Amino acid sequence: MNHLGEYQVIVIGAGHAGIEAAHAAAVLGAKTALFTISLDSIGNMPCNPSIGGTAKGTLVREVDALGGLMGLAADATYLQSRMLNRGKGPAVHSLRVQIDRKFYHMYMKKALEDTPGLAIHQAEVVGLEVENGRVKGVYTQLNGHYSADCVVLATGTNLGGKIFVGDAWYSSGPDGQHAATALTENLRALGLPLRRFKTGTPARVHRRSIDFSQLERQPGDPAEELQPFSFLTTQPMRNKVDCYIAYTNPEMHRIIQENIQRSPLYGGMIEGVGPRYCPSIEDKVMRFAEKERHPVFVEPCGENTQEMYLQGLSSSLPEDVQVAMYHAIRGFENLEIMRPAYAIEYDCVDPTSLEATLESKQIRGLYGAGQFNGTSGYEEAAAQGLLAGLNAARQALGKDQLILARHTSYLGTLVDDLVTKGVMDPYRMMTSRSEYRLTLRQDNADERLTPIGREYGLVDEERWERFEASRAIKERELDRLKREKVRLSQLKPLCEAAEVDPGQTAGTAETLLKRPGITYEMIAACIGRGEGVTPMIAGRIETEIKYAGYIARQQKAIREVQRHEATPIPEDFDYSALSGMTLEAREKLSRIRPKNLAQAGRVPGVSPADQGVLAVALLAARRQNEKEGNVPRGTSPEGENHD
Amino acid sequence: MAFDSTICALATPPGVGGLAVVRISGPEAYSVAARVFRPANAAKKVEEQKGYTALFGHSFLRGKALDETVALFFRAPRSYTGEDVVELSCHGGRAVSQGLVQACLEAGAQPAAGGEFTRRALMNGRLGLTQAEAVMDIIGAEGRQGAAMALAVLDGALARRIGGITGELTALSGHLAAWVDFPEEDVPELEAQNLLGSLEKARAQLQTLIDEYGAGAVLRQGVTTAIVGRPNVGKSTLLNLLSGFERAIVTPVAGTTRDVVEQTVVLNDISLNLCDTAGIRTTEDLVEAEGIRRSYQKLNQAGLVLAVFDGSQPPAKEDLELAEACRGRAAIAILNKEDLPLVPGALGEEQLRPCFREVLRLSARDPQSAALLGQAVERVLGTAGLDPEAGILSSRRQLSAALTARDALDAAREAFENGFGYDAVSVCLDDALNALYDLTGQNAGEAVIDEVFEKFCVGK
Repeated sequence: MNHLGEYQVIVIGAGHAGIEAAHAAAVLGAKTALFTISLDSIGNMPCNPSIGGTAKGTLVREVDALGGLMGLAADATYLQSRMLNRGKGPAVHSLRVQIDRKFYHMYMKKALEDTPGLAIHQAEVVGLEVENGRVKGVYTQLNGHYSADCVVLATGTNLGGKIFVGDAWYSSGPDGQHAATALTENLRALGLPLRRFKTGTPARVHRRSIDFSQLERQPGDPAEELQPFSFLTTQPMRNKVDCYIAYTNPEMHRIIQENIQRSPLYGGMIEGVGPRYCPSIEDKVMRFAEKERHPVFVEPCGENTQEMYLQGLSSSLPEDVQVAMYHAIRGFENLEIMRPAYAIEYDCVDPTSLEATLESKQIRGLYGAGQFNGTSGYEEAAAQGLLAGLNAARQALGKDQLILARHTSYLGTLVDDLVTKGVMDPYRMMTSRSEYRLTLRQDNADERLTPIGREYGLVDEERWERFEASRAIKERELDRLKREKVRLSQLKPLCEAAEVDPGQTAGTAETLLKRPGITYEMIAACIGRGEGVTPMIAGRIETEIKYAGYIARQQKAIREVQRHEATPIPEDFDYSALSGMTLEAREKLSRIRPKNLAQAGRVPGVSPADQGVLAVALLAARRQNEKEGNVPRGTSPEGENHD
Repeated sequence: MAFDSTICALATPPGVGGLAVVRISGPEAYSVAARVFRPANAAKKVEEQKGYTALFGHSFLRGKALDETVALFFRAPRSYTGEDVVELSCHGGRAVSQGLVQACLEAGAQPAAGGEFTRRALMNGRLGLTQAEAVMDIIGAEGRQGAAMALAVLDGALARRIGGITGELTALSGHLAAWVDFPEEDVPELEAQNLLGSLEKARAQLQTLIDEYGAGAVLRQGVTTAIVGRPNVGKSTLLNLLSGFERAIVTPVAGTTRDVVEQTVVLNDISLNLCDTAGIRTTEDLVEAEGIRRSYQKLNQAGLVLAVFDGSQPPAKEDLELAEACRGRAAIAILNKEDLPLVPGALGEEQLRPCFREVLRLSARDPQSAALLGQAVERVLGTAGLDPEAGILSSRRQLSAALTARDALDAAREAFENGFGYDAVSVCLDDALNALYDLTGQNAGEAVIDEVFEKFCVGK
């Protein structure tokens, strides 16, 4: 074994989680190294060439607000941009962009190369050095050894990866990378609770073989409406490509049904659990037999390639069946497959073995992020990567840890779901997973998180100044809208044009803005636009005024929860002695070891009454300690909870 | 530790005692008290009252006086719970104390969970460790009881009824979630008609549960019943008729501080808790003014009023006043002395009907009259069509959950009608689902997400 270097933080994997982890750790000032099996796969998108979408788009904004890279990279390399869910309410507006895969990879590779204090190594990590329950370093395939204070695992589908196409299978990571098989054996031997998940991806096909005249065109949003992901992006935006929609049909469904036994999923070869929200086409056809057609989204993979991605047709059927079923689709009669669809199985950890800091409870100093933690999706991965890298660096630097409470962010919600409830299938972020979704909007991610990012060392001067300036503009404008009166005579023609009822009484701009259908732009046309108010700030102002009642309700609910969050549970707390609690609750709590009373209440199987018993017991224990003059253990939690 | 909610509950043992104390605790304790209690001295303001003071006055439910009440005031942290506390003591008796709790709930208080006052006391450092252990036992016991109830509920008729409502709402919420979270899939947009229809249907089912709660409580606990009327109209005869009916259970309970005698009779499976039965017998001999004063007092405390009139005579002024006082109450007019010849101008049904839900002409001397009266009582109390096996809400906490859910559905409809996005509608739906799923111990969020993947073909 050759000792080759010493780092404070080592990140294994350079996908979307690994990138943010390595970047965050290095920005915090930790001496960091990023290990990847292939430098040419940094920031690879082995599945769909797009970023964002419902809830995921909000995660990207959150990563950006905290000082991460994903939003900037997406803004720099997108091909087409759309705001989804317009008209369904501001809380669910979702930015989604098509990405040029190659450019995205190049952007990310360069961004990491340009990050001071970050070393990048092409090497397969085959094992961890662990001593007394603490990670000490990593071993590579080339008999190299690197020491580290903290290690972040961001292994994606490479960990024990296995690809299935029909009855053929082979050990592999995505896009021809080799699988990390030695590492998964090592992790298993170290006692980490690993499990097997699977996911799938559709075929990539040649552009010239598609008859676009038979497909529906799906253009991006009009140029004047385009919004960037990053709060820093100022360059003008424009769409470069169109996407298209095709539809499956009964003939194609028949081909699938006749060949279903040749699918490894149905033939029983795949043991991994697949994501419910990402069903293969064979799943869709078998489970929803009554549906006569399913949409297929045809998306370009880049400006300098003819490869097109067929979103909606992920499959593990044999290649000959794939060819037959694609050819049954209108517009795809002569389709040329370049890369067939496949299913991939991989190893991941049971996330209830992690802290809300994303540190392993079993091996201290070891952090997990992305698919390794049981999630799916680039955005979910990036967000966790940022948190894991940040906390790894802070631990190495002797600083306290960051825990994001559910009500701060989708990221906080995601992590809390993972470590408190665990996952049964790969976890995808959804707006319906957040009880605070009216507050956790994509438009206010900076207000929610940039101050935290600043406090924890990720947000630089430039971002901070921009943020403070935009916050000041908003506050000033909200204040002005409270004071200035709007004349109904002025507003009426605008309302008539928009077929909106202006109401009977005049009032302040704020009062009028509360009325249904009246927009900030209408008000601004009457009383002038506030200085510096961008369309994004205008949207935020509109939402905050119109939704004030709902937001206040959520704030009240948040305060209730914060009370419980402020009640820490000592690390060595003994649940077995709580006779007032059900046995099931005691067992679950002993296993999950929640950090505070609020998290305890969210553990599945813990009822409000169990939580009540725990509340009293915690208080009694603290009193006892105070009486005996002890400093109670765990009263200041290891992780600072961010409210 | 500051709790946001204000809680209230009966702090004395339920049932008939000399005094009943309703305790209100939390940040809104004084404003809740101000809404249900009016000091006799109009110059006194409840909300400005200092700690360790008392006021005499009356308590009110929906604008109607319940009883004479003494309010004791405590200011945080010098109270049992360490919070602002108001204790309202009134005369014992189920009707008054339950009415007072109801009034507090309607004024914005939440029903206290078992041991919650004590738990707050503990959290706020007002209790010692040994007391803490006792509290844990109480909460634990409630938890076990809750679990047992949840189990029973899962098999039971109530579970099926609540399950029907949560099913409807989960489907709705799941549809919205699928439509919002997978905008590119061909999830059909929820039609406004369907949305409003589902909301209305679920709301109606909840309202039925809420309405039946009162009737259910009547079946379980009986109803405080007042027999009122002028002297010599036949109140005693009516009482004798009821007491002697079938195997009537007669349990005289002597009050301790006040001369209250309660007697329970069973009529068509409903326990009528007759208040102040001693009074009925004595009022027959009292001067008229005193009899009427007592009548009104009883009337205000009762869940069921049997107003007795002499049907053979023309109405006295007092008769018409009594009828007016019964307007809007669960009251039955009994035109007694059917067996006597009618004097010209005798009181008729049509004069009473505007004020009473039921008007009966009968003779209290005729044993057959009891059956007639029994049916009328069932109709007035809403127990007529109620099947106790059909699953009815049986506790205040269940009722409170149903009320929360109903209000949340109203908020959802309001959000939709006021042009808010589906995001606002869906968080209101979540609130409703959470309240109902709490009753059955399930997790609303998971149920909705399961629904999305069960019912909709979504995903890349």
